Amino acid sequence: MSKKTITFSINGAQQTLEVEPRLLLVHLIREVLNLTGTHIGCDTSNCGACTVLVDGKSVKSCTMLAVQVNNKALLTVEGLANETEYHPLQEGFKEEHGLHCGFCTPGMLMRAVELLEHNPNPTEDEIRWGISGNLCRCTGYVNIVRAIQYAAQKMSEKTLAEA
Amino acid sequence: MIPASFEYFNPQTLDEAISLLEQYGDDAKIMSGGHSLIPMMKLRLANPEYIIDINDIPGLSYIREEGGFLKIGALTREAELEHSELIKSKYHIFCDATKVIADPQVRNRGTIGGNLAHGDAANDHPAIMLAMNAQIVIQGPQGSRTVPMTDFMLGFYQTAIEHAEILTEIQIPIPPQGSGGAYLKLERKVGDYATAGVAVQVTIENNTFKKVGIGLTNVSPVPVKVTDAESHLTGKTISDQIIQEAAQMASDASSPSPDLRGSEEYKRAMVRVLTQRAIRRAIEDAQG
Repeated sequence: MSKKTITFSINGAQQTLEVEPRLLLVHLIREVLNLTGTHIGCDTSNCGACTVLVDGKSVKSCTMLAVQVNNKALLTVEGLANETEYHPLQEGFKEEHGLHCGFCTPGMLMRAVELLEHNPNPTEDEIRWGISGNLCRCTGYVNIVRAIQYAAQKMSEKTLAEA
Repeated sequence: MIPASFEYFNPQTLDEAISLLEQYGDDAKIMSGGHSLIPMMKLRLANPEYIIDINDIPGLSYIREEGGFLKIGALTREAELEHSELIKSKYHIFCDATKVIADPQVRNRGTIGGNLAHGDAANDHPAIMLAMNAQIVIQGPQGSRTVPMTDFMLGFYQTAIEHAEILTEIQIPIPPQGSGGAYLKLERKVGDYATAGVAVQVTIENNTFKKVGIGLTNVSPVPVKVTDAESHLTGKTISDQIIQEAAQMASDASSPSPDLRGSEEYKRAMVRVLTQRAIRRAIEDAQG
């Protein structure tokens, strides 16, 4: 089967690669690009551990083909922090103990990025619906919700300060 | 899990996609959101030799009212329906539905056209389209044709889409003043298929049912339009008794298979309960 050439950006860096059409996006990220922060949990689009952003939209990278990110911008958990500081969501998960084993965390973070983008000030109910495609088997979600609330607060303070 | 090898095409126009379909026939599969197809390919339940990815074709994603119809492009994502101001202002049945279709990430990919073209009675849109008397626009080498939703789902994973054809648009007659809708789905957890789902669309005038549409999800091999309950209600004054009678008819019209989600008896009972609730919710929506 013929390979396809794809060009995309990953965490801001341009890449051009040849891929087999059947290569899944999550395998491109983990095995070709060696970015192992994105996890494979269920491999059936249930658990959300493999969530990444494609052109700003959260998707489950186990259920997308690598060829489909041609001309698109990818963001994985490795691209969240800048050189000097954590993303407010990462800080929130740290401060509010939003993780135990950490397996679901990269997916939770990436999903929460889009959630807060759409809805900068979500209610608890909206957060719970917003992360309903991400499973956590440790925390019981309470601290994850708090972590996202922490980030929402932090981000709105930052927006105010900038204004 | 990794799908078996396939040749990949991403046509830039509908015509190109249709000619690829003509060329590769039954060995080819259209991919839109891919959230039914890719899992099936991983499990080897589907082994297409050619994938025709329609995601790059412009002009297939829109939600607009035109010529008496709400027209929805086949490639419109569930998330776009969920966040559409037009849908939120007038078509509350979709607000009920998009919330319970899979989860946010899947809704970012999954499309309304794919949900229908997949031909799965467990999917949520078919019942809604039956309740709303939708028609499906299908394009092929000879041009496009329109199929009423009642003739679209033919059997288990079988639809009216024929060789070298692509579903391009869904057309829903714009409901008149005094209309409302509801979709109620009983699911064990987020992302699950319905144990039972009921779509109801009504038009109410002077406390009387003027028009009624009822569709059922995942309680029969092909989604059911409960025509006897629809005609039983039409022209009658709203009352608890008549709603209960219609709900019983919906329950009788279903033929659920027992599975992990429940026994046949349980599912029939759920159809009855959900139908009652959905009719009441649709009435409230119509009068609110």
